[in-house]
Amino acid sequence: MMAGSLILQTGTRLLLPLLLLFSVFLLLRGHDEPGGGFIAGLVAAMAFALYMFAFDVYKARAILRIDPRNMLGIGLLLATLSGVPALLQGRAYLTSLWWDVEVPLFGELKLSTPLVFDIGVYLVVIGTVLTIVLALAEAEE
Amino acid sequence: MLYAILSIFLVAAVAPVVHRLTGRASGWVLALLPAALFVYFASFLPAVAGGESVRLAWQWMPGLDVQFSFLIDGLSLMFALLIAGIGVFVVSYAGRYLEAHRDLGRFYVLILSFMGSMLGLVLADNIILMFIFWELTSITSYLLIGFNHEQLKARKAALQGLIVTVGGGLALLAGLVLLGVASGSWELSEILAGEDSLHEHALYLPLVILILLGTFTKSAQFPFHFWLPNAMAAPTPVSAYLHSATMVKAGVYLMARLNPELGGTELWTWTLGLFGAVTMFTGAWMAIQSTEIKKLLAYSTVMALGTLTMLIGIGTPYAAMAGATFLLAHSLYKGALFMLAGSIDHGTGEKEVPNMGGLRHAMPLTAAFSVIAALSLAGLPPLFGFVGKELMLEAALGAPDALAVVLPLLALASAILVVAVAAIVGLRPFFGARREYKRTPHESPGAMLAGPAVLSVLGLVLGLFPALAQPLVAATAMSIHGADTGMELKLWHGINLPLGMSLLSLAAGLVIYRFWDSVRAGIGRIMVPVGRIAPERGYERFMDGLVWFSAFQTRVLQNGYLRTYVMVTMLTTVALVVGTFAVLGGFEVSVRFDDILIHEWVIVALVALAAMFVATTNSRLAAVASLGIVGFGMALIYVFFSAPDLGITQVLVETLTVILLVLVLFRLPGFLKFSNPLTRVRDVIASLAVGVTMTAVLMATLGVQYFPAISEYHIAESEPSAYGRNIVNVILVDFRALDTLGELFVLALAAVGVYAMIKFRAEDRKS
Amino acid sequence: MTAEPLLAILVGVLFATATYLMLRRSLVKLVIGLILLSNAANLLIFATSGLTRGAPPLIPEGMLTPDGVVADPLPQALILTAIVISFGVLAFAVVLIHRAYEVVGADDLDEMKDTDT
Repeated sequence: MMAGSLILQTGTRLLLPLLLLFSVFLLLRGHDEPGGGFIAGLVAAMAFALYMFAFDVYKARAILRIDPRNMLGIGLLLATLSGVPALLQGRAYLTSLWWDVEVPLFGELKLSTPLVFDIGVYLVVIGTVLTIVLALAEAEE
Repeated sequence: MLYAILSIFLVAAVAPVVHRLTGRASGWVLALLPAALFVYFASFLPAVAGGESVRLAWQWMPGLDVQFSFLIDGLSLMFALLIAGIGVFVVSYAGRYLEAHRDLGRFYVLILSFMGSMLGLVLADNIILMFIFWELTSITSYLLIGFNHEQLKARKAALQGLIVTVGGGLALLAGLVLLGVASGSWELSEILAGEDSLHEHALYLPLVILILLGTFTKSAQFPFHFWLPNAMAAPTPVSAYLHSATMVKAGVYLMARLNPELGGTELWTWTLGLFGAVTMFTGAWMAIQSTEIKKLLAYSTVMALGTLTMLIGIGTPYAAMAGATFLLAHSLYKGALFMLAGSIDHGTGEKEVPNMGGLRHAMPLTAAFSVIAALSLAGLPPLFGFVGKELMLEAALGAPDALAVVLPLLALASAILVVAVAAIVGLRPFFGARREYKRTPHESPGAMLAGPAVLSVLGLVLGLFPALAQPLVAATAMSIHGADTGMELKLWHGINLPLGMSLLSLAAGLVIYRFWDSVRAGIGRIMVPVGRIAPERGYERFMDGLVWFSAFQTRVLQNGYLRTYVMVTMLTTVALVVGTFAVLGGFEVSVRFDDILIHEWVIVALVALAAMFVATTNSRLAAVASLGIVGFGMALIYVFFSAPDLGITQVLVETLTVILLVLVLFRLPGFLKFSNPLTRVRDVIASLAVGVTMTAVLMATLGVQYFPAISEYHIAESEPSAYGRNIVNVILVDFRALDTLGELFVLALAAVGVYAMIKFRAEDRKS
Repeated sequence: MTAEPLLAILVGVLFATATYLMLRRSLVKLVIGLILLSNAANLLIFATSGLTRGAPPLIPEGMLTPDGVVADPLPQALILTAIVISFGVLAFAVVLIHRAYEVVGADDLDEMKDTDT
């Protein structure tokens, strides 16, 4: 696939970190405001897809560092495991558990199994979309 | 009790291992299990003989009224003892008979599973539980008939038996459900103890017909008798066990079991009496024409099953007593005769009776036991078969109304033929001139003679001392009749009409035996035209028709054209929806268009126009662009109506979809018009039907709320218990997280599928 | 009742156009019909539960329950996953069709009738 224009490339170089940051923001606030793992995952995947169009598949793979298929697997694993702590406490699988953690200088942080689950969703969505898009783009070459 | 039955299945599961460890002795080792069960069941005998019945129950599915409940009374104990007792000998017999068979381990699994199912069937008190075991016996029987699955004949016979018995089983299930509904109970003991008779119930006629369809097919009653002789393709121990002593009597068992509740009506008496008698005669008539020893025995089993059905139908105390006696006597001598037939086959390699003769020197023990068992089959004193036959003739003479004429005549004719059959299987192979055999005739090993010895000698002992069988037989008769019959078993009934009939049948039967070869040839000529209308032809026609029909509907519905599938699916949906409304009514639409804002009109109109443009354009680029309008319009609709998460998701997915279409779709050729105008008109009409139906359904459901929305709970608990203020997200990751997890796996599978398809293509290219 | 009747009509239009496209012989039209069909199904679920204007199922900060009546969140959760999954399935279908096209060498579905033997 031909590389995109210089403007697109420069723009994308700036946009990629912003979009990724935005996706993490969407992910973390998703429990309280519109957002969440699905949406955040789509935004992140879109950011990489944009990068792929601006440069090429190999550059996109390089900047990803991790194969999207592995991301898919890790996401599934996280989501599946997030239900296990409840089992250990003798409660139904995937029952949510919450911990308040005091972080110095940062204040109180809410940690929970649904958050882990949502991160799993996030990774699965990125993994799925990028596995498909990158494989298709590679087939074009 | 539960453990007794479960233990069999457990042992069945490890039987191949036991077989491997114990080698030649495996038959005896595994026979210990039925032997232990026999002793266990025998321990109930004193209580049952005293007129008690024992009921044991464990919960299984309380919500469905299905439980592991078992009932032990005379009838079920009689069956349980026969199943366990004959089971001992069948298993040990098989250990030697199939010694050289490489699948002996599998055989043990099947025969023990069958034993467990059969015991469950006769002991179950819950009718659904009984039905489950009933079907299990059909399935194990199928596997056992087809045990030698390399043979086409065995496979065909197995399938035939399965289709006939399971087809009947379907009717039986419906009948049992009706029985449960009509009587208000799912426990046999409660149904039988019920005060109200079901005779006047509106469901009486259909439930009797359905139950009888089940029992007639299972017990090979005319016109379903044809599957049983074909089932002789099974190894001989199976024939001895399933297709003579136990499984085929399941139908008889159920009729006997329900006789106190359902019997006593003209419908019951006439149906069972006539069908039983016709089956009895058919069996005897077909037996005399057969030459293969197992076929002879199979048809005489059909005859015995008919006799039992007839006796249950007659319904007098005499008939109940006769039925119980005949049941026991038949199981003893028929089990023995089958095993002896296997013994002859084992010793000589010969199955055809006309080729046998003079074996009494080579196989003295086989000969001796065969003679004893055959005398019992023929119903000669002083054997137990004689006691049974005298009672049977007496009961037939005591049948009500016109049956008192028809039944004794058919019974006499059958008795004559059976004497001849008994002589053919009991005398012919052993006496007369010695023949040449495939193998040098030799006596069978002890394991194969123990069963016939015990069973045939028991027939003699019980004949001489009928009082020994009295407690069990009387308790069985009590279960069949529903009340104590007050009768005693006697060998000698004095000089009366049945004795005269016995003498006549003996004389006539021996004459037929003397001229068997020419009789057979004569009957064969008569039967040629009859063969064309025999019930088995009907079965074959039915099966051919079934194959033809399925080929026909596959050609029509699965023709390989995708659009046919789409058309059929969509129009079926429309027909079902419209049909439901048409039949049940309740289609009410009251809609108002006054509370719609202007921008909603605009966006909906835009999406609708874009969709229609997509459907009609011939430019791919225009189609994809319009598709984008549809997608972004959808996103706006979601946002207008309070679904921000959906709006965002839709926009993102829409963008990805465009990327996808750009990457793949434009690699495909441009649109071509394949269809002619007429096809398009037809498709437009079908599509409009679908669209109008969906609109109508949606309009009809507006404002209908049958039960409170579960989301009330989600809204109320989102913050207090799940600490989340975005309720949609809380549902996704907390309340319904398991659903989401499942969806994640679907996504992952789609990705893996796409990846595989693309990468395999790359590999193809390389190679 | 707000705009449900209007959306009911739109659902009908989307189902009709999707069906029409899926009855075509062209592979590409089949794919596009599939996209329209999943949109139609999502909208059907969305409209069935009733529409609410300007009240998303969110709880204001510092409160335990939403302020007044909000839109039903459950169908939204269902549709959200349905949208993402329909993308996955669509990708699968598109690639499958592309692959089939490579093997059969035609866009005509009728040409694919006998390839499974």
